[in-house]
Order: sequence, then C-alpha cells, then structure tokens
Amino acid sequence: MAADTAYIEGVGIWSDRLPGWNAARRILRAETAAPDEVCQRPSPDLLPPNERRRAPDTVAISLAVGSEACAHAQRDPSTLPSVFASTYGDLAVTDYMCKTLASTPELVSPTRFHNSVHNAAAGYWAIATGSMRPYTAISADRYSFGNGLLEALVQAKSNAESVVFVAYDIAAQGPLADVVSSAGRFGCALVLGDRPTENAQYVLHWQLREKEQEPHNGSSTNNASLVAGNAMAPALPMFEVIARAPGHVVCALGPKLSLVLDLAPVNEHAHRPAP
Amino acid sequence: MSDSVAGTIANLHGQRARAPIAPLRIGAFTATSAAGRGNAAILGVLRSRTSGLSRNDFGAKPIDTYIGRVNGIEDEPLPKNLAEWDCRNNRLAWLGLNQDEFMRAVNAARQRYGRQRVAIVLGTSTSSIGATEEAYRSLDKDDRFPQHLLNPFLHTPHSTGDFLRHALSLDGICVTVGTACSSSAKVFAQAERLIRNDLADAVVVGGADSLCGSVLFGFNSLDLVSREKCRPFDVARDGINLGEAAGFALIERQGSGPALLGYGESSDAFHMSSPHPQGLGARSAIAETLARAGLSAEAVDYVNLHGTASRKNDEIEAKVIGDLFSPNTLASSTKGWTGHTLGAAGILEAVITLLALEHSFVPGTLNTTRLDPACNARVCIENTDASLRTGMSLSFGFGGSNCAVLFGRSS
Repeated sequence: MAADTAYIEGVGIWSDRLPGWNAARRILRAETAAPDEVCQRPSPDLLPPNERRRAPDTVAISLAVGSEACAHAQRDPSTLPSVFASTYGDLAVTDYMCKTLASTPELVSPTRFHNSVHNAAAGYWAIATGSMRPYTAISADRYSFGNGLLEALVQAKSNAESVVFVAYDIAAQGPLADVVSSAGRFGCALVLGDRPTENAQYVLHWQLREKEQEPHNGSSTNNASLVAGNAMAPALPMFEVIARAPGHVVCALGPKLSLVLDLAPVNEHAHRPAP
Repeated sequence: MSDSVAGTIANLHGQRARAPIAPLRIGAFTATSAAGRGNAAILGVLRSRTSGLSRNDFGAKPIDTYIGRVNGIEDEPLPKNLAEWDCRNNRLAWLGLNQDEFMRAVNAARQRYGRQRVAIVLGTSTSSIGATEEAYRSLDKDDRFPQHLLNPFLHTPHSTGDFLRHALSLDGICVTVGTACSSSAKVFAQAERLIRNDLADAVVVGGADSLCGSVLFGFNSLDLVSREKCRPFDVARDGINLGEAAGFALIERQGSGPALLGYGESSDAFHMSSPHPQGLGARSAIAETLARAGLSAEAVDYVNLHGTASRKNDEIEAKVIGDLFSPNTLASSTKGWTGHTLGAAGILEAVITLLALEHSFVPGTLNTTRLDPACNARVCIENTDASLRTGMSLSFGFGGSNCAVLFGRSS
C-alpha cells in the first residue's frame, strides 16, 4: 500500500511536567530540563470563568491542548471537526460513580453522570468552541493513541479538510487504581491537514504495516519519565519525533498492526526529493 | 424553519457540500434486544406489537420504571476460551454475534480478505462498567476488588471491542466509538472511511450496551426516566425507559444485501444533556447524509426516529422531520418495543430500518395513543405495509453528538 501524505499544522501538549508545546519541544530535544515540580493545571480559558475551576481535569487538559494546537495552526476551532481519544475517559468520575452506586445510588449527581460519558471532553470542546462540526470520541485500550491518530488522518483525507486530534488520560483513582494502570495527567493535540497550505508546519507520510511484534516504544528513557505511567504515554514518541523532526515513528494499532509515520519540517521537505 | 436557522445551516453546508459516496453493501446484519434475539424474533414482535419492556427488576434497589431487559444473560456465561472477558456486556455481545449466522458471514469475510483486512468498529456508551460497579459493591476490607474481577480487560471502555477481536479472530483495525447514544450509528461513518481509503476490505460494525446502575440511576438523577412504558411523541409522554441491546452489520465494498447509502455527523455545541432547541445539529446531520447519498429528502421513504419519549427530544425531532421531509416519508420510533438502548440504539435501529426495507413493513410507534400536537409530525402510530426503497435512522446523544445513516433496499 502506498503511503498517504498529511500535514501537521499545529501541536499542543501538557502533562504534569510538560507545560505547553514551546517548553515541551525544547525539553524533548534535550535543550532544557523538565520542571522538577508538577506544573499547575492549565486553565481552560475557552470555558466561562465560573466553569473553569470546577471543570474536570480531563476537560481542562483537553481544552488546553486542543486550543494550543489550533492557535499554533492559526485555525479557528469552530470550523474544524475533531477526534478525541482516551484509553479510560474520566477515571475520577468512574470512581465517583461506582462508589456512589455502591453506597447511595439514589444520590448520583446528574452533572457527574453526564460527565461520565466517554465523549464528555469532546462535548465540552464543541460547546466551548461553538463547533457544530462532527466530533468523535474513541478508545482502543493501549492502542488508543494510534487508533485516534489514524481516525484523524483518515478524516482529514476523506473529507479534504483539517481535523483537530486530542488525546488524554488521567490517573486512576480509588479501588479501580489497583486494576487499571494510569498515573498523572497527560494530554496532547495535533491539527492535521490534508494539503500543503501556509498553515502546514510538518509533512508526514503514513501507512499501515502488519507486524508480528509490538514496536519498541521510541521514547528515550529521560523523556518517558515525563508521562510515566500515564495510559496515554504511547503518544509521547510521536511528539518527540515532531520536536526533533525529521524522523520516523511507529504507533501500534493493535497486537499485529501498526501506523508507520515519517515526518519532516515543511520548509526542509521542499528541498528533498519525494519519497 | 426560521430564516436564522436556515441561514446557519446554509453556512454549515455551503462551503463543504459533500460529494456522494460509493454505496457499500451490508452482507449480514443482526440485532438482539428485549424485543427478541435475532432478526426473525424482532420482526415478529414488531408485527404483533408486543413490547419487550417490563417492570424494572435490575439491581438491589430498582427505581420505579420499565426497562428493556434481555432475559437469561445471567445464565449464559461466555465459552471457556473467552471466559477472560466474561461480564454482562460481553455476554450480550456474544449473544448478538450468535444470531442470524452472523459469525459465519464474518468467518467467510476473514477467509476472503485475511485477518488484518477485516476491521471492527464498535459503539458503546457504558461498555463493561457494570463489572466495575459490581467490583465496587463487593470490595474486601482493604477496599480491593474481588479476585474474579481483577482482570483489567473488564474495566476499560474498549472491553467489548477487545472481546470481539478475540471472539472473531481478527487482526485488523479494532476501535471503540464512545459518543453516548450516537455511538453505534457513527460506526457506519467510520467504517465507510476505512473502506474508501483501503484500510480494510470489510468492517464489522456494531454496538453493545447493557443495563447497569450508572445509566438507571444516572438518567433518573436527570429526571428523564418514565415510571410507565415509554410513549414516544405522545402528548402525555414523560420520559424514557432504559434498555440493552447488541447488534452487528458486516460492511463490504461489493456483494449482495442492502446498501449503506450515506451518513451525516454533527454536534450541537449547545449543552451536555439537552438537545439544541431548534435541532440544528440534527438538521445538519440529515442534510449531510442526503448529500453523501446524492438524494433529496423526497427520496427517503422511512425514518426510524431517535424518539426517546423525553419531552424535549421528541418535540424538537418532530419539528425537524416536519420541516425537512415530505408528507410521503413515513416516520416512527421503535423505542416502545426496546427501550432506549443508548450506545446500542444506533445499530439496533439500523437493523430495524433494514428489516423494514427488506420486508416492506413500517413498524409504528408502540404505547403511544395520542400524538402531541406540539410535535407537528407525521409519526406513524400503527404498523403499515409499504414498499420502501430507502430508510434513514437517526441517533442523538449526550454531549450533542448527532448521527444519521441512510440505507437502501437490496437491489
């Protein structure tokens, strides 16, 4: 199968130790050290002031990285469709729901119930940005990042337009934390376009590859600790490669299928022969 | 339609009018719900107007309502080789897979195309959360899960997707869509894109959502649950009944069977648990579906409505239907038979729409006796025999996620 081409127009990232793409890019390039202290949660400025503080972490982080990527891309988020990926959705709400249902089910909070849907962050994004374009919210266990990225690339190509892709996970809480493995808070986002407009910053070529074994996680040991234990950690190698572009990265889609990507800065690419 | 609404829709679509898609074939389809296991059983109760709804007896402290429960799941564990995934949602999915020779159709597709070329796109709202709820009810003195619920595959939104991958022996793309009540309608859209871009030769789409405390007590906390059998579009309707279902369809580029003609997705950008007051998102999803099918609204013979029997949904949806479709288009909600099966509603009602096309039969709207004049809709209460060329299914979910899917009769 021939490779498809797409363009990265904007990047957003936030984790407990990665405060935004500008800083993260330098950290991932080993030009500067990551902050020792846990970063302050980003303020979801898209929300009305009275909702910012009580927004769940999943929503605050998704909105922050999504709007960072759109700003970086110089795209108006209200015009873009979006793809949200999360391994577990809002684990804090899951813990709350299950705890409350086990003790006083009749007291379940209606707000926390509607925040328990897997598309809660996507729904808040649509409301906050005023985007009536379609969004989707997907999950694929440890392959959630790869499958979300693939769906965003497929949408950009199918509909010939730019797409926002947001991926996030937070820490497991309560008794569920013994069984489900996720620590810390991590969100990342890309705006992906189908053509080399002036918004394009990196060109990428992608294709599926069958494989017998899972690819090696490409993060350097130092960088892996920046999102250590987070269920969305498989996203980090992609952002390392963007930070150090040109480069090559493999995102697992399943035990026997991968998404293989080669990417390069657009200005550099212009002087290189087509692959 | 007001000028401002019409203007907004024109803006939504003016710049990105969708080119028609190449229709895909639905080589096999099946559903299981309180209205029966498999297509023949569902068609039978639709014709006999026998509701699958019963008094809520789910859990230790059942709230006062009716539910669409699939009886017997408790006594039907998964086969030994799949026991690792054993929970209510995966049992329901397994039950659904084993109707209408669906597994045989998937096996044939796997042999024809190869394990990596058959994808799975599954819609669910709550997946296996019932197993997590059970674990929290049975914590030991150290707040730990009981031994039989320690398996992480029972506590992830992708539980049923992963189960299907093993149950169907497939190695292609396998992904879960979780957009609440539009989940297993959006799977048709995602499948079409995968096939169009040659990332799969066939896609098993479907949905599975089972009854659990989260949805019964959650919808109850929002005052959206009726104490009676739900009455979609009735003047006296007062809420929904929760139900459970599993359903599947095998989508291929070529072959026999009915066609997937188009789909449309949108979001309301309005409220997490309330629909847009003018149904703007629903209108745009329908318009996009027609554009992808290259058809006008007049060409739609039947619409299976979302029709949950909540006050707001039905009023807004009826207005949308009245504005967009001609009086010749028949419309009904089948939730009086099944309850609202949430993340499985998209596939269940897609299957009912396909049954309507294949059997020239339009189910009416069960339990409803007097249509709400405020609904301004041409909703069928009674069953009707009618030759149908096309049928559309509508699904709207929390977070303002809308999806419409259009099917054509076998040629």
